[in-house]
Amino acid sequence: MMASLKLEGLRKSFGATKVLHGIDLELASGEMLVIVGASGCGKSTLLRLVAGLEEPTAGRIVLDGRDVANLDPAERDIAMVFQNYALYPHMSVFDNMAYGLKIRRLSTAEIRKRVEEAADMLGLRPLLDRKPRQLSGGQRQRVAMGRAIVRHPKLFLFDEPLSNLDAKLRVTMRAEIKRLQRRMGVTSLYVTHDQVEAMTLGDRLLVLHQGVPVQLATPMEVFERPADIYVAGFIGAPAMNLLPARLAAGGTAAQLDAGPLVPFADGRRAGADGMKLTVGIRPEHVALVAEGGLALQVDLVEPLGSETVLIGRLPDGEMLSIKLAGAAPPEETVHVAIPPPNLHVFDAATGLRLEPRG
Amino acid sequence: MNRRIDWTAHIVLILGVALFVLPVWLVFAGATQDPGAIDRGELSLLPNLHGFGVFADVLGNGVAGATPVWRMLAVSFGMALAIAVGKIAISLLSAYAVTFFRFPLRMVCFWTIFITLMLPVEVRIIPTYAVMAGFGLINSFTGLTVPLIASATATLLFRQVFLAIPDELVEAARMDGAGPWRFFRDILLPVSAANVAALFVILFVYGWNQYLWPLLVATDPRLDTIVIGIVKMIGTDSAVPWNKVMATSVLALLPPIAVVLLMQRWFVKGLTEGDK
Repeated sequence: MMASLKLEGLRKSFGATKVLHGIDLELASGEMLVIVGASGCGKSTLLRLVAGLEEPTAGRIVLDGRDVANLDPAERDIAMVFQNYALYPHMSVFDNMAYGLKIRRLSTAEIRKRVEEAADMLGLRPLLDRKPRQLSGGQRQRVAMGRAIVRHPKLFLFDEPLSNLDAKLRVTMRAEIKRLQRRMGVTSLYVTHDQVEAMTLGDRLLVLHQGVPVQLATPMEVFERPADIYVAGFIGAPAMNLLPARLAAGGTAAQLDAGPLVPFADGRRAGADGMKLTVGIRPEHVALVAEGGLALQVDLVEPLGSETVLIGRLPDGEMLSIKLAGAAPPEETVHVAIPPPNLHVFDAATGLRLEPRG
Repeated sequence: MNRRIDWTAHIVLILGVALFVLPVWLVFAGATQDPGAIDRGELSLLPNLHGFGVFADVLGNGVAGATPVWRMLAVSFGMALAIAVGKIAISLLSAYAVTFFRFPLRMVCFWTIFITLMLPVEVRIIPTYAVMAGFGLINSFTGLTVPLIASATATLLFRQVFLAIPDELVEAARMDGAGPWRFFRDILLPVSAANVAALFVILFVYGWNQYLWPLLVATDPRLDTIVIGIVKMIGTDSAVPWNKVMATSVLALLPPIAVVLLMQRWFVKGLTEGDK
């Protein structure tokens, strides 16, 4: 079942505390949108508003052309996968999945058909008679998804569904969720604080920061052209290096406080020379040079196998991390250069990205 | 593992068991003996093997001039059952209301229930009697049980149980489309079943042991509970049929023991198992 979702001016306050400051969003049918942000940014609240578990202070939630903002959760035709799975502890796997269908008074045959279909899809067939406490974390997670699938809802909501799993299982389940969602083609909202999950799962990302949407774009676009300093620091691991600088040479270069003048490869930025900037460069784009460039005092080496992360200090005290393919050089001080093509330029005052002008 | 027998622990435990079992055994052995001998203080620790008929005798006929014991057992059983079931039903519903619903004066309701804890049955027994008399319920089974049913303790206990239920479970049920009644029946009740069982045992024994209220409200011998019956047997005249009193006491122990044994599995689960 395909359906589009549209949020218009959605706001939520708890008493005097504003949690969401007006969210406008449109999801195409079958799209998976990941809402990502640090804890407390309002992403779970947004999901709960769509689910109907909280009432919006203002705004509309239009699902498949119908405003559902004032409907009960049960009437919205939405299924949700919870962080703690929220399985009914006294019911078997089969009954857990069948419960919502029984309430909707489907025939026993239809219920059996749908549950078995979902069980096959998730590899739960041999476990249908077990109780949740007899299952492993990954299996419980699958049951929680099965419970959502059997409903054949218009919309899936995922509330950090992988955060209770161990790292290895998380990767497996991540792939599984993506495959299932593609296969079923159900429009989905997925909330997470994990940027890897966000990057890999989403057709598009919505980055929320303190209740305000800061960027809505495809994962690659968010990664390559972060809209502001917050997004730049949040998406990508290790985090992007952010260095203080000033606009120089008539808007064509950045004078880093650390020393070097780095020209902009992609064009001139508007603004007066001397304007405060924050220049971002991802650790994997910082280049090692034999000599010259910036001297970096290495504080920490993190070998990750196929790559190595160096974290060190520039002469003026700024932290800088570098990601290298292969092993780290043995020196305690290395020389680094900042290649112009990979620069991200932000206005230090507003935090916003500065795009080239002309 | 240390497989040697820990003698000190065994001796202490055996002494402990003996301490609890001895009075019961004494009553059991005494039931089979001659009432005159017991009156003289010549109570033997060995049961008289020819005296076991006394159990059947009191059960069927009772003490001369009094209600047969089976009848008193039935009254007690009915009363304890009604009190336990009634208390549980009312507390489940009131705890459900104050825990899961937002309504005006919700906390006022909760505290009103809570402060009744400060009023034991004995303190409000005269007004309660007056109310029952006003309703014409003196000497009726209803009058015997209903005033003992309202229970703040059980309401508080269930409130704690309900508060421990994760919000996500409630929300999952809402997403599945369960209304308040279905949620109560399909999720809340089964999840709290172990607690209900534990509470049932406690409340059944509480009901079984009621003395003061039955004494006041039921003067009709047909409504004598077993506890009242035993007291009446001792109180009347000088020649107390001690063997029959003891036999009745032993019989009075059996139903609560049976309830505990039957519910033991659930009872222990309810006391020890967290939400899992």
